[in-house]
Amino acid sequence: MGYVIEMLNIRKEFPGIVANDNITLQVEKGEIHALLGENGAGKSTLMNVLFGLYQPEAGEIRVNGKKVAITNPNIANDLGIGMVHQHFMLVEPFTVTQNIILGKEPKTKTGKIDLKKAKKEIQELSDRYGLKVDPSAKIRDISVGMQQRVEILKTLYRGAEVLIFDEPTAVLTPQEIKELTGIMRSLVHEGKSIILITHKLKEIMEVCDRCTVIRKGRGIGTVDVAKSNPTELASLMVGREISFKTEKKPAEPREVVLNVENLYVKDSRKVDLVKGLDLQVRAGEIVGVAGVDGNGQTELIEAITGLRKSESGTIKIHDKNITNLKPRKVTESGVGHIPQDRHKYGLVLDYSIAENMVLQTYYQKPYSKAKVLNFKEITEKAKTLVAEYDVRTPSVFTKARALSGGNQQKAIIGREIDRSPDLLIAVQPTRGLDVGAIEFIHKRLIEERDKGKAVLLVSFELDEILDVSDKIAVIFDGKIVANVKPEETDEQQLGLLMAGSNAKAGEKNAGE
Amino acid sequence: MQANNRLFSILVPVISVLLGLIAGAIIMLISGHNPIAGYAALWRGAFGDAYTIGETIRRTTPYILSGLAIAFAFRANLFNIGAEGQVIVGWLAAVWVGLAFDAPMYIHLPLALLAAWVAGALWGFIPGLLKAKLGVHEVIVTIMMNYIALYSTNEIIRSILTNNQTTTEHIPASASLASGYLQSITMFSRMHYGILIALFAAVVMWFLIERTTIGYELKAVGFNPHASRYAGMNVSKNIIWSMVIAGGFGGLAGAMEGLGTYGTITVLASFSNIGFDGIAVALLGANNPFGVIISALLFGALKEGAGEMPTGAGVPTELVDIIIALIIFFVASSYIIRWAITRFKKEGK
Repeated sequence: MGYVIEMLNIRKEFPGIVANDNITLQVEKGEIHALLGENGAGKSTLMNVLFGLYQPEAGEIRVNGKKVAITNPNIANDLGIGMVHQHFMLVEPFTVTQNIILGKEPKTKTGKIDLKKAKKEIQELSDRYGLKVDPSAKIRDISVGMQQRVEILKTLYRGAEVLIFDEPTAVLTPQEIKELTGIMRSLVHEGKSIILITHKLKEIMEVCDRCTVIRKGRGIGTVDVAKSNPTELASLMVGREISFKTEKKPAEPREVVLNVENLYVKDSRKVDLVKGLDLQVRAGEIVGVAGVDGNGQTELIEAITGLRKSESGTIKIHDKNITNLKPRKVTESGVGHIPQDRHKYGLVLDYSIAENMVLQTYYQKPYSKAKVLNFKEITEKAKTLVAEYDVRTPSVFTKARALSGGNQQKAIIGREIDRSPDLLIAVQPTRGLDVGAIEFIHKRLIEERDKGKAVLLVSFELDEILDVSDKIAVIFDGKIVANVKPEETDEQQLGLLMAGSNAKAGEKNAGE
Repeated sequence: MQANNRLFSILVPVISVLLGLIAGAIIMLISGHNPIAGYAALWRGAFGDAYTIGETIRRTTPYILSGLAIAFAFRANLFNIGAEGQVIVGWLAAVWVGLAFDAPMYIHLPLALLAAWVAGALWGFIPGLLKAKLGVHEVIVTIMMNYIALYSTNEIIRSILTNNQTTTEHIPASASLASGYLQSITMFSRMHYGILIALFAAVVMWFLIERTTIGYELKAVGFNPHASRYAGMNVSKNIIWSMVIAGGFGGLAGAMEGLGTYGTITVLASFSNIGFDGIAVALLGANNPFGVIISALLFGALKEGAGEMPTGAGVPTELVDIIIALIIFFVASSYIIRWAITRFKKEGK
């Protein structure tokens, strides 16, 4: 005994596919149990079965040893199962307290909502688990990490004993991840159990006790994390050997392709976010821009690609001044852009894969002639790219919306690289992707470098920066504050530089 | 999946119409009328003989074009409530050019049609410009444009086109769409060549939207303006063009009345409703040009057949308006029908 949750031989079918095929997941009381699998492996389906959103075709669920039928989320709630969603479900103008009690408001005798009592209760919960949440703060005023803790409080307030975390670190900064890890530890310390859905091996190694691996809808098995290692977990997940260290030859940098000089850019609130920035990227090298989100990375990239006006300074591609050119002119000057937000910028989700593959080139021959589209050529091109970049889709006529994040990203990368741009800008290219896809994308970036292209990589993940870049430019407060070589630095030093403590090196706790 | 979706998008409007008719039957029953006799009269009134068929097609013609005016803008995610105003200014412009001078038909008629197109397009351009440059919502501007169209047109008829009369003179034959041949085969209904223009316009819309880079851009901007900007498209230009082309269709719808059915323009006490009904036509036709043709025919038939219901079955015409309203209601709530079909399918398995 001792299992709080048991999902035995679960099978869930959707028309045409088996999403879960004979999966068994047993969670012990007081453990952090990882659910590991690639994107689309069936993790979310399994959790939705547990949460009562889907009914399984076969198998049974037991809670504390008793067989239960969870036919809707309310039953899951009553059984003490709570879900911390990846995309927060919070009402922005409401306070923390109002959000937490929403749907379960304590009432006074006269039927008024008893906010005082609720606030007190939430404060207690927050203190008990070290969540440091201010119950009176408005959601829109608090950080993403804090919002996530509100989501955690929401489940605790509803009496959850088992908390499901769906990819909780995808939206967090390294500091916030560290705090979250602490919170998860204190939760299990207080007797809660946690299921952590993730594809990040590092997190599993750090906090989890055991790990159940799913691959392509099948349960592969459960391993003891202490007796395992990342390489084993990765190969279990993907079904083949994975190399973590991206292999690459030393860079052979040549002429300068991108030259940014003394650039000033304002954000939409008319505040200077890029303040006199200088940056160079040469042909045949990957320059990684490391920095905490919000230090001007977005504005820098938008200024280069023509999406945002620069106030002053110059941006040149090979000696051609592209400062404040229209996006199309920038693209035609030889710039490829893998945008940070693939749903907002990278794709028209309601267009088919084929239509998305020509998003930058539809007006050129052979995809159109005299403004008439040539669907044969477009389909042909899309098929080639889909095959070459391993985009897994039922057909090129499938809407981009229907694809998993990894496959959407591969489609964008295929489209951008295929135009063979002299400068390839990749912003957070592997965000939210699994190790297989990450490996693939890193390889492609390095291939472009080896072909003599200039690559500018912007990432908030230090691992990625250290692993892929040939040079690292640290951005802080709108300026490049340091240029370092990956082999001569480490996460520690980068972390300090990113926090702006260059001049005051040695000062402690700069990360706060 | 895709075949499934297509089936869905056909099935949903069909079921909506059926539900609307059933609801109408129930109302007839409650109010003490025989629904079978009522619908028989409706059918006779719309398709009973060559004359009624001709009149039904005559009514359908402007509906196709005003439906296109709404559907086209919808494809770029713009809600063109202004089709009504576009119809009115198109009507005025067509008749004005028709009356202004004499010319051989091959010059006069195209010129009158062009004038209607341009007037409608201008009425679409203004809200498009305001939306693109200042972010003013097109619904508000187009509603206002409808009133401007209505009252300025009435004033122009009274003080410029006539000497304080309510109806202009009849346009000369050189600018008219009227067809002796079509009239003679339909027992002298008012059916005119405009139907060919309307059908051609539907083909034009299909080609523009589905086959050209213009349509590719318009739809992309409608779906996701951010990605469109990223891809180097000019979002403002596309918004303006969508409204201009949509307005052009609306203007042509007005020309159908001005050059075809009536040959004149009369001071309007209130809106013609051709543009407003176009919203329902577009919705029922799923914003697809060929769907618009079919739903325009349905609306034309309902409106035309309604005339027979009071005399043929003693059912008041108001009831037909209620039935049409019910059909629109069921189309608008097509989500419920979709849900029901999905549910039904699941249970059946």
